[in-house]
Amino acid sequence: MSSELSHAPATLETTSTGIDNRKLLMWLFLASETLLFGSLIAAYLLYRNQSVVGPYPEDLFDIPFTSVSAFVLLMSSVTMVLALAAIQRGDQRGLRIWLFTTALLGMLFISGQAFEFTEFNREGLSLSSNLFGTTFFVLTGFHGAHVTVGVLILLSLLVMAFRGRLTRSQSMNVELAGLYWHFVDVVWIAIFTLVYLIQP
Amino acid sequence: MARAIEQRPGTTMVEAMRKLRADAESYQGIWSWLTTVDHKRIGIMYGVTAFSFFLLGGVEALLIRLQLTTANGGVLDPDAYNRLFTMHGTTMIFLVVMPLSAAFFNLLIPLLIGARDVAFPRLNAFSFWVFLAGGLFMNASFFTGGIFQGKLGAPDAGWFGYAPLSLVSTGQGIDFWAFGLLILGISSMAAGFNFIVTIFNMRAPGMTLLRMPVFVWMTLVTSFLIIFAMPIITVALFELLFDRLYGANFFNMAAGGKPLLWQHMFWLFGHPEVYILILPAMGIISEVLPTFSRKPLFGYPFVVLSGLAIAFMSWGVWAHHMYTTGLGTIANSAFAVSTMLIAVPTGIKIFSWMGTLWGGSINLKTPLYFSVGFISMFVIGGLTGVMHTVVPSDYQQQDTYFVVAHFHQVLFGGAMFGLFAGIYYWFPKFTGRLLHEGWGKLHFWLMFIGFNITFQPMMILGLLGMPRRIYSYGSGTGWDALNMLATAGAFLIGLSILVFMINVFVSLRRNKRAGDDPWDGRTLEWSLPSPVPPYNFAEIPTVRARDDFWHRKYAEDEQGRPVPIVAGGAYKVEEEEGEEEAETGHGIHMPSPSFWPLIAAIGLPIMAAGFIYQESANLLPMIAIGAVITIVGIYGWALEPASE
Repeated sequence: MSSELSHAPATLETTSTGIDNRKLLMWLFLASETLLFGSLIAAYLLYRNQSVVGPYPEDLFDIPFTSVSAFVLLMSSVTMVLALAAIQRGDQRGLRIWLFTTALLGMLFISGQAFEFTEFNREGLSLSSNLFGTTFFVLTGFHGAHVTVGVLILLSLLVMAFRGRLTRSQSMNVELAGLYWHFVDVVWIAIFTLVYLIQP
Repeated sequence: MARAIEQRPGTTMVEAMRKLRADAESYQGIWSWLTTVDHKRIGIMYGVTAFSFFLLGGVEALLIRLQLTTANGGVLDPDAYNRLFTMHGTTMIFLVVMPLSAAFFNLLIPLLIGARDVAFPRLNAFSFWVFLAGGLFMNASFFTGGIFQGKLGAPDAGWFGYAPLSLVSTGQGIDFWAFGLLILGISSMAAGFNFIVTIFNMRAPGMTLLRMPVFVWMTLVTSFLIIFAMPIITVALFELLFDRLYGANFFNMAAGGKPLLWQHMFWLFGHPEVYILILPAMGIISEVLPTFSRKPLFGYPFVVLSGLAIAFMSWGVWAHHMYTTGLGTIANSAFAVSTMLIAVPTGIKIFSWMGTLWGGSINLKTPLYFSVGFISMFVIGGLTGVMHTVVPSDYQQQDTYFVVAHFHQVLFGGAMFGLFAGIYYWFPKFTGRLLHEGWGKLHFWLMFIGFNITFQPMMILGLLGMPRRIYSYGSGTGWDALNMLATAGAFLIGLSILVFMINVFVSLRRNKRAGDDPWDGRTLEWSLPSPVPPYNFAEIPTVRARDDFWHRKYAEDEQGRPVPIVAGGAYKVEEEEGEEEAETGHGIHMPSPSFWPLIAAIGLPIMAAGFIYQESANLLPMIAIGAVITIVGIYGWALEPASE
């Protein structure tokens, strides 16, 4: 790492704390995001079992299906780690494969969510149908939007990798995308547990 | 344009710097301002924009006061009155005090910590353009109600936008308000991230955390408050917009929703926000007082730790805004205690400032006038705040003019006086000219007297029972005389702002050149030329003490009094060493100008307008256009090299 840093441009000069500027920014951003999702989850929990009309969660949730899509998202964190490991050892082929796999798994998750949303909607749940619909769609929708942004970042990195513009010295780009991606994953674990698994 | 000068054989550092300065001088005109990433230029743009909004918010305040001058006033109709007080509050908080503080962050933080720029110069430009976009978008709401028929379209639910009032409000005012605040939130958060990274990572060698000037500390604390408070209001605003635009039920009582949720989220953001507004002003005061007392800040570690304590405790006091909503005795008591406790670190700061003045060699210049004005007015504001912590007393004061007087005492008497102290103090550093002392003192006295005869009568009016947010009151209430007085005071404040503007205008043309160190300052920025060159520090300084620049100028005699260091002293030797280092330095890398942040910012209000009007005017494509502009801006930004 240190030998690479010495060739890095001036903007990567050593910092007061030794932490890369962009990495610190990403951590701060993610810290701030916890409050965003915290507020959304709090609203969901506050309104749990408060809907005055149906459909209710127990009528709609398909736990096996959502478990599979949660598993898909979790696995994408593994492939993300592999992508970072690949670029850090200069393995361009591995980088492309794992970036692609991660983006693909992300898209698979999004597709699962789109399917779930349409299915729930067909059974009468909408943003305005009841409190459950309101809080469920807004919470999971915000998460889905975050995953979508993550997929866009991964695809952008993939294009850069194919054009040879993502070399070993730029592994920070992949590391930052990875931090974001893992965070979105962790948030899903919280949502999946609190919304789907723990049914009062 | 090449703004990065590499050290080449045969090119000395001095030539390189001369070239950079020449570049900067030729780098003028509107395009240079639109693409600038220089923290000083961005700071100036923040300041000028925020001051323009200050004038707008001030005119709104004067209209409100005109309406309330006498019983049964006929200046404004109730509808216009509601819109004006909503926009006055929103403007003063989000478009004046926050961005004026941001102007000081931008101008000063790199200079105070010994850096050439912030950590992310283009993100910094983005913050400014998003702020401008959000401010203009918010104010565009005035035109949505049919302005030519004499009807204003601005939001009308108060700056706190309580549900369900904000749900039943017709027209697009509230939508503009909510989207405007969302856009402004992006700006604040981007700036918050930027300044935390800058302060942690860009410090000059030797600038340890406990050597940082208090203003830097307060910026750091404020930035943390911003990045944690803004997401909460973001979610609340999204919930409100989902309710309004898409029929969601967050605050819809018919579907079981709880309007009180809005108040919890709003004040969980809103109380840290209060400290976001006041801590930067406290930081400014903590720089001004030592300079004009010619003494180090009294109890530096206590001032810093009090700032941190205030920040932590500000997360546990929000429900003191909500005593009358029926939270129950336990909750009310808990929040009463936590709110009383937060007065302790605030009190520590007040005493530290007084301790700084005590026994100092006082140099009575305009910045010090405003600083002492800050302390006295803020004490009254703080003490009336402590009165509100007492639940039964608060029941009595809730929604009366006593509350209005209290928070103006803190936000105007506190924050604005502090910010004006900063303007008078640092004006010469960035313009090269001092503000005129005579006009400055006239400004202070007019503002100080005007402020007191505006808001002290409001305290009494509140205790007499005059409710806030009413557009009129009947005769026979006995409120006429005090209201008349308050209006007179408000116009005196307006006059004082006029005096300030004349002062700026005249001083920029006529007043004497300031020189590098007009106040005999203590911190690093005074070691630089005025105005500061684009690269700030020719050589990054090595910091050896708190108030480093002071210690380079003065040693102490046996009684601890400052004695100037004579030429040829220790500092001189260091300087020569520094020049030698410069010869072997790596050259100065300056970030290149960029128009991508501006492009990325332009897309946001377009998207917001598309969302608001998509149903009535089928503006779905507008959302896409805005999104494409922003995405193009972000990609252009990500793919261009940060510096040549």
